[in-house]
Order: sequence, then structure tokens, then C-alpha cells
Amino acid sequence: MSDAPGRRARITAVTSGKGGVGKTFAAANLAAALTRLGHQVLVLDADLGLANLDVVLNLFPKITLHDVFTGRHSLEEAILPAPGGFSVLLAGSGMVEYSRMTPEVREQLQKVIDQVAPRFDRILLDTGAGISDVVLYAVSLADEVLVVATPEPTSLTDAYATIKVLATTQGRRDIRLLVNQTRKPGEGRSVRTQLQQVVDRYVAPQVGAAVRLDLVGEVPADAAVREAVQRRTLLLESMPGTPAAQAVVAAATRLAA
Amino acid sequence: MHRAPEEFAPSDALRLEQALQLLAQSGRPPPPGEPGSAQWVQALIDELVDLSSRDALTGLSNRRSFELALAREVDRVARSGEPALLLALDIDHFKKVNDSHGHAAGDLVLKAVAAALVDSVRPMDLVARIGGEEFAIILPSCPSPFGATVAERVRRRVERVPVAVTPSLQVAVTVSIGGAFAPQWVRSTPALWIERADQQLYRAKAQGRNLVQLEPAAVSLVSSEERRLLFDTFQSEDLE
Repeated sequence: MSDAPGRRARITAVTSGKGGVGKTFAAANLAAALTRLGHQVLVLDADLGLANLDVVLNLFPKITLHDVFTGRHSLEEAILPAPGGFSVLLAGSGMVEYSRMTPEVREQLQKVIDQVAPRFDRILLDTGAGISDVVLYAVSLADEVLVVATPEPTSLTDAYATIKVLATTQGRRDIRLLVNQTRKPGEGRSVRTQLQQVVDRYVAPQVGAAVRLDLVGEVPADAAVREAVQRRTLLLESMPGTPAAQAVVAAATRLAA
Repeated sequence: MHRAPEEFAPSDALRLEQALQLLAQSGRPPPPGEPGSAQWVQALIDELVDLSSRDALTGLSNRRSFELALAREVDRVARSGEPALLLALDIDHFKKVNDSHGHAAGDLVLKAVAAALVDSVRPMDLVARIGGEEFAIILPSCPSPFGATVAERVRRRVERVPVAVTPSLQVAVTVSIGGAFAPQWVRSTPALWIERADQQLYRAKAQGRNLVQLEPAAVSLVSSEERRLLFDTFQSEDLE
């Protein structure tokens, strides 16, 4: 973790409309895959209201972002090694009080990002689900956004709503998409086509510019994923040969390009 | 120490006189069935539970049951993502009513406002009296575009109907209303939700009372046409 001169991590916000679509699963496993590709990666738990990155990674952090915000501990102390070789900065359960975006929380989050950015190649922001002001603020700090969705109708609608808000309120023109829990090969592509079609028709005219959705990958519904989640292990660590794990690696490769 | 259930049965052994008196005093009929029977005791407990969750004056949910319901709603919204609105209401210049017409008049105003609130929302919404002249309404499954309409309907309903405090005297009362939506998919706390609604209530008060102020909801709208386009082809593709 050296401060190479002029280095600044590329920040990717990982978000979704609806919760429970595998956003945190994606963030953690993409981080592991990017690490294997040689990047120094930090996952920052920006899900301030309902953090569960620690649960996914089976970590029991003593020092969290909350302690950094309150000045009880330094940022150094809060950056922890995660299984998979990347680093994490966890929100901790005391963060519920920050689920409202006050100017103080804004300033704190910005400060933390500024401090960690020079030390990593990639930062993944695991944002909260939904389109709250906290989520939008976290996303606004990122260089790019990765929307995680499943082909399920509610998730699709929420993913579309998220894309629309990002295009209209943050001027995003390129949004990356990861389709999780696909049931047949190519379903990720049809989800992207479908979303793109509605975006072209309703969002692009509103913002007066093209808004492009880039499919970084599709992760098939795979019993191994559930098993990994239940065992609280990283899929890439415990079952690297499974189709879902390979799909995550392929998505990370595209994300790294 | 194990005791056979029938030892609980005689009502005199259970010393339920006070409970029965409480029910009678609050105008409720005694529990049906044979005194001391399991059904009778259950009915008595049910009545007591209901009694302890209501505000004595207005019959609305009291602060205790309001807080329980709010905590449940926070959990539900975090899980389901359904929008939910919390309204915090306060009777404008209530102290003046008490000061100029007496506390009995004040009580009549509280009862009338309570009835007006219940009257202007859906049966599934929970209306509570949470303080002296403070009320709150939890509206589950309330999409943000409807929030302002509902709150405004409540405000107008109170404004429209003056309260007869004596046969010859009518008092016009108004309410200020603040509202905040539960952040969807985010597990917030009941305390934070109340605080956000309260902040809007202060704004409504500060801006002259008899007003509605809602926290702007950071949600986007997906129109039915967009939804249709999103699913039409997708579903037909699925059917191939």
C-alpha cells in the first residue's frame, strides 16, 4: 500500500435499485477477481444504513468507518485485510445514524475517499440499495457506476429507475451493468437490450444525450453462490471453478479494461 | 413448582376485580363466557391489551403502541422496499384553546381532531396520539406522489370542521403537518424517522402553521408506459 506519486484509484460505485440482488456479493467477489488481475483493491462499505459486507466476508471488525468518523480511530486502523487479498473499510452497525445525508456525513465520506484514493488502484463502493440521498451521494463520488440487477421484474424496474436518476441528476452517460442470477445463457444480454431500449426512448430525450449501458457480464444462478453465502465465504475462494465464479472473473476482466 | 391449570381458574383466586373495574370504567362490556374459564380470561387479557395500547381520551393508539408499530414498519420497508410515510401533526395554538375556554374544551378539541384524522385516512393507517396535542400517522404502502395529497386532505379535513365546545360556541382549529418517507431498502431507526418528520413539522410551524411540509423523497418515477416497454418485449422473448 504505497503512495505512488500521482496515483488515484478508479472508483466504481456498485449499486442496485432493489436490495437482495447480490450487490454485496458482486462487490466482494469482483474485488477478489480484480486483486487476482494484479490490482490493489479496496472495498468501501458505503451502505451506511444497512451494512452487510462484514457479514458476507465473515469479518468481525473492531474498528469501523464509524470510529473514523467520530475520530476515535485513525483511517489506517480501520482498513482491514479481507479474504481474497483485497482491503475493506467497513461501515459498522453504529452507522445507522448516518443513514441521513447531513453535510457532516458528506464531508466525512469525501475526506475518507480523498485519503484512500492515492493508495489503491481500484476502489469499489458498496452502496446501499435503493435510491436514497446517501446512495446518490456515494455514487456521485465514483468515476463509474456498476448497476447490479437480476432479470426479475421488480429488480429490473428498480435498476431502470436507478439508471434514470443517475442519468438525470448526475449526468451519467455511461453506466455499467451486471446481470446476476440469470437462468439461461444470454439472458444478461436481453436484460441490457431491454433496459437500453427504454432508456433510449424515455431517458435520452430527457437529458438530450445518449445514455449507454455497458454489460460487464452475467452471472448465472448457481447453487454454489447460495452455498458460499451461507458458509460466509467468498465464492472465488471456496468454489473458483463454478460457472458463477468464472462469470465473475470474466466481468472483472471487462471492468478492469 | 408445578400447579394444575384448574388452580388458576376461580376468578377470585386471580384477583381480577381491578381489571374488570378498568374495563367497566372505560365503557367496555365484561368478557363473555363463564367467569374463570380459559376463554373468559383470554377475552379479558385481549381487552386489557387493547386498553393499554389506546389513548384514554381519544381512543387512538397511544405512544407505546405507536412506537411498536413504527418499529415494525421500519423493518417491513427495509425488507420490502414499499414506500411508507410518517406524518407528525400538532394542533396549532392549542394552549390558547385551553387558556381561553378551559381544559374541558381542550379535551373536546383533541377528540374532534382525533376523529377528523381517523376520518381522513385509510383503515390500514395507524393514527396515534403521541403527546398532549401531538399526533402521528403511519401510512404503509404510500407512494411518494400520494403523500402530499393525503397530508393535505388531513389538514383540510381538520380546518373545515369547527369544534362545538359549548352548544353556543364553536372553535376553529387547524393542524400543522410534517412528513417523511422511510428510506426504502435501508434499515433506518424509528427514532430517526420520527426526527425527520418532526423537522418538517417545525418547518410547517415556522412557515405560519396550518401547513403541510414533506421531506422531498429521493425517488424516481417509472411511468406505466416505461414499465410496459420494459416488460413487453422481455416477456414475449421469455415465451419463445
